Parts: sequence; structure tokens; C-alpha cells
Amino acid sequence: MEVLYQNLLHLDIKMVIMWIIGGILIYLAIKKDMEPTLLLPMGFGAILVNLPFSGAITQGLEEGPLSILYNAGIANELFPLILFIGIGAMIDFGPLLSNPILMLFGAAAQFGIFFTLCTASMFFDINDAASIAIIGAADGPTSIVVGQKLNSNYIGAIMVAAYSYMALVPIIQPPIIKLLTTKTERKIRMEYTQKPVSKTTRILFPICITIIAGLIAPASVALVGFLMFGNLIRECGVLDSLSETAQKSLANLVTIFLGITIASQMQAANFLKVDTLLILFLGLVAFIFDTAGGVIFAKILNLFLKKKINPMIGAAGISAFPMSGRVVHKLALKEDPTNFLLMQATGVNVSGQIASVIAGGLILNFFLH
Amino acid sequence: MSMIAALFEPLNFVENLRYMGLGMLGIFIVIGVITLLTIFLNKVTEQKPDEQPDQKG
Repeated sequence: MEVLYQNLLHLDIKMVIMWIIGGILIYLAIKKDMEPTLLLPMGFGAILVNLPFSGAITQGLEEGPLSILYNAGIANELFPLILFIGIGAMIDFGPLLSNPILMLFGAAAQFGIFFTLCTASMFFDINDAASIAIIGAADGPTSIVVGQKLNSNYIGAIMVAAYSYMALVPIIQPPIIKLLTTKTERKIRMEYTQKPVSKTTRILFPICITIIAGLIAPASVALVGFLMFGNLIRECGVLDSLSETAQKSLANLVTIFLGITIASQMQAANFLKVDTLLILFLGLVAFIFDTAGGVIFAKILNLFLKKKINPMIGAAGISAFPMSGRVVHKLALKEDPTNFLLMQATGVNVSGQIASVIAGGLILNFFLH
Repeated sequence: MSMIAALFEPLNFVENLRYMGLGMLGIFIVIGVITLLTIFLNKVTEQKPDEQPDQKG
């Protein structure tokens, strides 16, 4: 009889708290439609690994499948890199190539990463601070790769923060944007003329980016390279079947394993610490200052430009593709239902994707020895 | 909170400001190079408007 309930005796309150956290993630995924592809597996995984002596993770000499998956796909950064092929295949750089100046906003909106690096360094050693700062890349795979390469002690909390805040972009960004802009600025119209982009440019772009990023930040070349490889498959025009597979089957398959494997790092003993709360707070700081960086950069440019830019588009440089671009577009429509900023915001948004990966590479250049 | 309070080193913020400067400078340089390159690619590969066939009267 004892065999039926003895495991229950090892249940502790921390595990129950993790079930509640897992439940909240599942609720946000299903009810609020926030990054359901990641939050749902993470939420379920949080429950799975917080059962007494859970067989899903390694217990003593008995290896658990999630621990095996973690070592096979995340500890060596394979899953996030493969996912980047899928993301690269999904991204249309057209709006950006048509208006390359938009790329500068992607650079400005990485400010939160470096501000958070300084802030986090007051509480954590520099490698952990750098790994926490990269939450501001608003890009899960980049956070995982940087955290792993810098051997962070807080990889679980970093991954959870990175993906959760990406899902929360529609809640985090609007108040910051409104705080930093006037109603008149939010109503600024921006003409969009779709200039034709040649196929040659579309093919050469991913190749050139890989070479430039690789020469300047060699540590980032795997990240940039996989992203751009995916994009090259999309744009070359002779690999449509591979492009479709990368965008759908490959990305979905990796995402299923990525979410639930990340959850293997959400064991109560490692996760329920004051440090985790601080990391979640610092992640929020990174997102806020990224948004502010982009908006303020646009406002500074407006001081010199004859044709004014709607400063809200700077906020889309945060990466978090495509949510951030949509947030800006919706905010513009709210102020003026005839002001369409979707194409400009999308251009800035994809530039943020490139800039965030380069920021990750620079962080690795600074601290990876 | 005591452990974090023990680790709290406010001077580190100032000390690491140079990484903020270097990082932002680095990212603007890389993105700047990519922007110029894209403008160059667009110019080089621009499709010229179709030439009108000669009108022979």
C-alpha cells in the first residue's frame, strides 16, 4: 500500500508553486494567445519536471529524456541554431531592402541590452550580467546561444524571461511608446513607396551579411550564418520545397522540443530564487530601454529631417518579430485609422532581428575568452 | 535578498559603461556598413527602364 503514496510524501510547496507558474504559462498561451508555441510546452514542462523524482529529468544515474534532449540540443546550442534556419526562411527582407535606412533603427533599439549589461553587473558577475542583458535581444535563440557560450548559471531563468517577455511585447511596449511621444508625433504619416528589389540583391544580401558579421564579430557567425542560410534558401528561387520545410516542418519540430526542453531548467530548487525575480526584472528593464532607445533615436533624427519620421517605428527595432511591428502599426491606427505604418514598422522589425544577432555577437566578442 | 545585497556593487555600473559605448558604437558601425552595402547593391542591380524600340517612319 505504501508504494502508492510514498512519492507524495516528497512533494513540497516549491513544486506546487512551479505547477502554478506552469499553469499561468499555459493560461497565457491558450487564453491570451501569447507565444503559444513556446509558452505552452514550457508551462507543461514546468509541471512535468516538478513532480517528486520526475522520470522526465535525470535522477542520480537514471537519465531522463528531457535532460538527454537538453544536452543534445540546447547545451550545445544546436536547437536554437536549427530554429534560426526556419526563422531565416520565414523573414522577407523586402521592406528593409527597399528602404535600407530603416536598419539604423534596429541598431538604436539594442540600447537596452547594453544598459542592462551595466545594471546587471551591479548584482551579478560579468558573464552572467552579459547573459541576462541579452534577454533584451528579444530573440530566444540568441539568448540561449549567448547564455550557453558564456556558461551562465542562470540559463533557465534567462530562457524563460526571454520567451515570456517576447510574448508580452503587446503589453510592455505601448505605455513606453506613449510616454515618450506626443499625440502629434504618433499621428505623423510616412509615405511608403515599394521600390523594386532585384532578385540578385535578395540573394546577395544574406551572403554579404554573413561575411560582414563574421569578419567583425566571429563569435556570432553561427547565429547570423544559420539565419541567413534560411533566408538564402527562401530567396534563391530554386529550393522552394526546402524553404517550405524550413518554415513549417523544421521550425515546428524544433519548437516542440525547444519549449519542453527549456522547461527542464525550471526545477523548483534552481528556479525559485530571489535571483530569478531579479533576472525577470532586469529582462523587463532591457525591453523597456530597447523600446526607449529606438523611439528616442527617431526623435533625434526628426530634429534634423525635413520629412519627419513617426518615432513609434523606432520601437519596432526591438526584434521580437513580428509582434513588435504589429504593435506599432496598431498604435498608429488607434491614433489615426487612416495612418498605415505596417510596412515601415515591419522593415524596422526585421532589421532588429539582424541587429539583435549582431549585438549577441559583440557581447560574445567582449566576454568570451 | 541578503545574498544580492552582499553582491551589490554600484560602481560596476560606471566601470562597465565602456561596454555600453563600445557595444552601441560597434552595432552602429556594422549596421552602417550593411546599410551602405544594401544601397550599393540596390544601385548596381537596379533594373533599367525598358528601352523604347526605335521608331522608324
